[in-house]
Amino acid sequence: MTDTLTISSRPRAFRPATTEPTMVKWALIAFCLAVLTVLLFAPLFAVFDEALRRGWAFAVASLSEPDAQAAIRLTLLVAAITVPLNAVFGIAAAWAITKFDWRGKAWVITLIDLPFSVSPVVAGLLFVLMFGANSALGAWLVANGFPVVFAVPGIVLATLFITFPFVARELIPVMLEQGRAEEEAALTLGASGWRTFLTVTLPNIRWALLYGVLLCNARAMGEFGAVAVVSGKIRGQTTTMPLMIEMFYNEYLSVAAFTMAGLLALLAFVTLTLKTALEWRYADQLAATYRH
Amino acid sequence: MTVRSFTLRSPTPMPGWGLSFGIMLTMLSVVVLIPMTVLLWRGFVGFGAGGIWDVVNRPRVWSALELSFRAALIASLFNLVFGVILAWVLVRYRFPGKRLIDAAVDLPFALPTAVAGIALTAIYAPNGVFGSVIQDTFGVRVAYTELGIWIALIFVGLPFVVRTVQPVIEEIDRETEEASATLGASRLRTLTHVVLPMLAPAALTGFALALARSVGEYGSVIFIAGNLPNVTEIAPLLIVIRLEEFDYDGAVAIAIAMLTISFALLLAINLIQIWSRRRMGAV
Repeated sequence: MTDTLTISSRPRAFRPATTEPTMVKWALIAFCLAVLTVLLFAPLFAVFDEALRRGWAFAVASLSEPDAQAAIRLTLLVAAITVPLNAVFGIAAAWAITKFDWRGKAWVITLIDLPFSVSPVVAGLLFVLMFGANSALGAWLVANGFPVVFAVPGIVLATLFITFPFVARELIPVMLEQGRAEEEAALTLGASGWRTFLTVTLPNIRWALLYGVLLCNARAMGEFGAVAVVSGKIRGQTTTMPLMIEMFYNEYLSVAAFTMAGLLALLAFVTLTLKTALEWRYADQLAATYRH
Repeated sequence: MTVRSFTLRSPTPMPGWGLSFGIMLTMLSVVVLIPMTVLLWRGFVGFGAGGIWDVVNRPRVWSALELSFRAALIASLFNLVFGVILAWVLVRYRFPGKRLIDAAVDLPFALPTAVAGIALTAIYAPNGVFGSVIQDTFGVRVAYTELGIWIALIFVGLPFVVRTVQPVIEEIDRETEEASATLGASRLRTLTHVVLPMLAPAALTGFALALARSVGEYGSVIFIAGNLPNVTEIAPLLIVIRLEEFDYDGAVAIAIAMLTISFALLLAINLIQIWSRRRMGAV
């Protein structure tokens, strides 16, 4: 602000009326950095510090244990099922909500957002109640060789619930802003519905879609509470990476716990980097300015 | 694709209504609606409001619920104040590393809660980097006390207020601040009487989101809390314990109590928000 001034000898520092005194400014910056260091950066550093306490070889060896390998595979499997399902749901919901006018829209949007205000533990409880061995449906499913709770389907359902709003919330504001004119033009020119979607809508929403998928994936791979309730924590079978961290930690296998945590922290890094890159390059095509 | 007429929907040539609405409704029902209905049915019809009260009205359950909501309120209030300050610093000031800091604010969204839990415990435990220093200088233990729960919940709710307030600060017209200064207001008075009221509705939205998130938080808390019944045992943990004892009714009752209090709180925040919007005119 002050660099537009060309006065050669100023008696005292000039401060525009719409800024704070320099002292206050730097005090606020220092305060924010201190809080973020203590709360964000220090824990992040601690993860890698603890993981490498006994060296690289030891850390890597802890990951090659069969149970750890099984946990990594299961987490990848769960994410590979839930993320595409949520992407399909998000696209369908955003299409139905933004391209048509119908009654009850506000209610549906509220319902889509509902999982954000439900405790993960309660989310897990929902599926235990529905499919647990003490419910009629659950007993029947177990009798027919398709257990849901304490098995992979339950983990998938709980993760679906937790990540349910991510893609839809990202797409709805973007598609509302883009309106319907381009699709209407394509239809008038004779394009089929699918062709309109694939060649007109999808290119417009691809970055927003990728953004939603990124956040959805990070949460799907990292979910702990909901999965802990439905998984039964059977080692090597229904234990995801976050649950494996808890097991190692409770068994005082500190290096193994923090190495697994380090892997997930790396995933968080990748997510944040890609997300930030998207925000910098395609800010105009994201709902980033009014998200959350 | 044939567009079927639907009385609740205004006519349009847009295709894909049946497919998109069908997918949306099916998934919404299977994942959210039916499970939530089963929970509420089991609670209210299964053993009634009186039965729920009987479960909740025990010292251990009460203190868990109280702890969960108290700690969430304290952490979210901290995040409300800190979030507004951080958003201001990130929008208005220029300093080295600003973009990195801006990106790092979202770390709690991206970092799995279990990772945050063990990492915070490692540094705030009595033998940890910060934990030992704090214990030596102030004689206070952080991990395995309620203080530790606050730290975990502050971590989890940190990005919400920043991310809701940031775009609003970017939109503020500097002329309003200039007008206030011209009329003789000090900088502090301008900030508290002109700028803050403009940020209030967005800040409250962020506060509500942080609160909703931290009330139910489980993964990051259980490692650092110590989990002593009646002292540092949060409500979600008590639900897990009830489930492990196969006491499904007990788990359902605590879950419904949590949902009821959460929705009452969120409703109250919504009302304050409407009031503050009205006071500001249309913002």
